Amino acid sequence: MLTIKNLHAEVDGKKILKGINLEIRKGEMHAIMGPNGSGKSSLSSVLAGRENYTVTEGEVIFEGKNLLDLSPEDRAREGLFLAFQYPVEIPGVSNLHFLKTALNEIRTYHNLPPLESKEFLKLTKEKQQLVDFNANLMNRSLNEGFSGGEKKRNEVFQLAMLDPKLAILDETDSGLDIDALRIVAAGVNKLRNADKAFMVITHYQRLLEYIVPDFVHVLYNGQIVKTGTKELALELEEKGYDWLKEEVHQKESV
Amino acid sequence: MTSDKSFYEFISNGVPGPEQKVDADNAIMPARKLAFSRFKELGLPTVKTEEWRYTNIQRFLKDAFTLAQEEQGAVTAEQLSNAGIPQLDSYRAVLVNGRLQANLSTLPSGGKITVSKISDAAGNTQLQAWFDKHPHLQSQPFAALNAALFADGLFIEAGVNAALDKPIHIIHVYTASANAFIQPRHLVLLHKSATLEIIESAIGLNDAAITFVNGVTEVVLEENAELWHYNIQSTIKNSRHIYHTSATQKADSRYHHFNFTLPSAELTRNNLSVALTGSNTETNLHGLYLATGSQHVDNHTFVDHLVANCNSNELYKGVLLDDANGVFTGKIHVHQDAQKTNAFQQNNNLLMSEKANINSQPQLEIYADDVKCSHGFTVGRFSEESLFYLRSRGIGEEAAKSLLVNAFAFDITDQVHIPALQDFLADKIRQYVAGAINN
Ligand SMILES: Nc1ncnc2c1ncn2[C@@H]1O[C@H](COP(=O)(O)OP(=O)(O)OP(=O)(O)O)[C@@H](O)[C@H]1O
Ligand SMILES: [Mg+2]
Repeated sequence: MLTIKNLHAEVDGKKILKGINLEIRKGEMHAIMGPNGSGKSSLSSVLAGRENYTVTEGEVIFEGKNLLDLSPEDRAREGLFLAFQYPVEIPGVSNLHFLKTALNEIRTYHNLPPLESKEFLKLTKEKQQLVDFNANLMNRSLNEGFSGGEKKRNEVFQLAMLDPKLAILDETDSGLDIDALRIVAAGVNKLRNADKAFMVITHYQRLLEYIVPDFVHVLYNGQIVKTGTKELALELEEKGYDWLKEEVHQKESV
Repeated sequence: MTSDKSFYEFISNGVPGPEQKVDADNAIMPARKLAFSRFKELGLPTVKTEEWRYTNIQRFLKDAFTLAQEEQGAVTAEQLSNAGIPQLDSYRAVLVNGRLQANLSTLPSGGKITVSKISDAAGNTQLQAWFDKHPHLQSQPFAALNAALFADGLFIEAGVNAALDKPIHIIHVYTASANAFIQPRHLVLLHKSATLEIIESAIGLNDAAITFVNGVTEVVLEENAELWHYNIQSTIKNSRHIYHTSATQKADSRYHHFNFTLPSAELTRNNLSVALTGSNTETNLHGLYLATGSQHVDNHTFVDHLVANCNSNELYKGVLLDDANGVFTGKIHVHQDAQKTNAFQQNNNLLMSEKANINSQPQLEIYADDVKCSHGFTVGRFSEESLFYLRSRGIGEEAAKSLLVNAFAFDITDQVHIPALQDFLADKIRQYVAGAINN
């Protein structure tokens, strides 16, 4: 589904991603961990098409298409979704109107007619229950005045509504209370199926108890320095990142 | 000589003065004469005139104009069809080149609210009592010119406690086939506890010639009256507009004024002023201007707090593209006796191009000590973060920008109490953004 080859990217002349290689296949759940500032959000930004990042080397193939050639909206329309680490507040744009616009733009792209209001509301209700998203928030301005946790839940609600092929969740678990974490994880698990893939960025092993990953990658200094299975997350929880950093530096000095 | 000179000559010598006007408005002829001499005394403003510093009116007056006296010939219902606001249920007053056309209009009848031609109502003592009396108009040359030579216009009177089931939509149709200087004039008088909603908009049928509109509306709200007053300035290419809207509010009255300036007149200068002569009044002035190309939009507002315990609230927002130029001047005068005044003013701007420009200046003159007043001014650009967020959900650039401009305008459009008008405005915003991107 997604193949990242030797991806290098910089922002404001600063090299951030320094040769990422990653293969994500249908049905897989990948977890990305790594210390603060290692480039996790940058990787998701580059994949989603944030314009201040410049790709200097490498390629990304998504469902047979060259992802980096597509505009951010076309990436989304092709089935990529990023749940933001810091969702923006947009006062004056109602949550529902926004979602309807998004959904219909995606449908138009696939030559489907826009959803009737009734169908749209039905879908909204269904997904809202799936991820237990507070219905009162749907009529409010997009994320405006939402608590940190409410914003994260809204990201997952949007994910459920837009039903992408590949969803990237950037620290969606941070800021969620224990119950919310379980609900959100359960929602993600319900959305999981053999045709979809997930890339979950997290600092906490706890999330991975609910959403069990097939692979765990550690990103450090713009590179994936280690890949393992869910046991790797446990090991990191116990030992932190220092041992990995040392390993990397030893390799470099050799 | 300078180009304005030729216009001045035209206006002062090239047309019959008010004394030669033979309209059926003899009762207001003295007012016309007074206004004509006032105009001659005041003269046309230049960029040295403080109130016209940022608007060089001379360049808009250098063309030749005729005072369009032409009666409507052939405005058909079909030509009017795109002048409407879809889904709007309203009464209609259609004015062609400033004159009411009864056959194209649907006016309220049989109740305490009357809509008539000013010329027909010239003998009305209420009209005479208020006509051209607003203190703020006395120093305005274009208002004086209008009072002296106005074509015609509406006298809308609402009796004590009167109310209507739906708004009155005033539609101006301009038809001039040669450059025309057209001067409509209204007086809106709401007696005690009357309420009314008025929407005013305009279309041009012929944009080959320049239409210069110099309009004046006087509003009088007696005790506890309430007026919702929407002015939509749009759709006429090759046109220039100067408006004076001057209101007088007596005690407990409420005035909600909305000014929507949409593409694509070359010049729009709005002078909106409110004199608060009775206490416990409420004044809400909302403005939204969307300008493209080399449009020049100048909003001049003045809230005159003459007595105690009045509230005024002003919010003007602008989105400027291309080389568009915006001016906002917000004057608030709180007189010594006007204790317990609340007067708020805010002007926010969104610049969508490097070359667009805004000059904004609050002018607060406060002579009372127990008051709450504030003003603010912002200029911003599009939030790239917000734009990326929307696009990352599959929303194309155009739709995303349209959502953001709508969001920016939301505090204003949200105050509009007529859903059809809200939809109409949302649609105009969409067109505006689409035009901006496809340019
Ligand atoms: N606009 C920018 N200009 C300069 N440096 C930037 C910019 N944006 C990001 N960076 C830098 O890129 C590096 C990677 O940031 P990124 O946000 O990708 O880290 P992260 O792995 O997501 O961290 P965290 O776990 O804290 O979320 C950081 O050092 C950050 O300071
Ligand atoms: Mg991050």
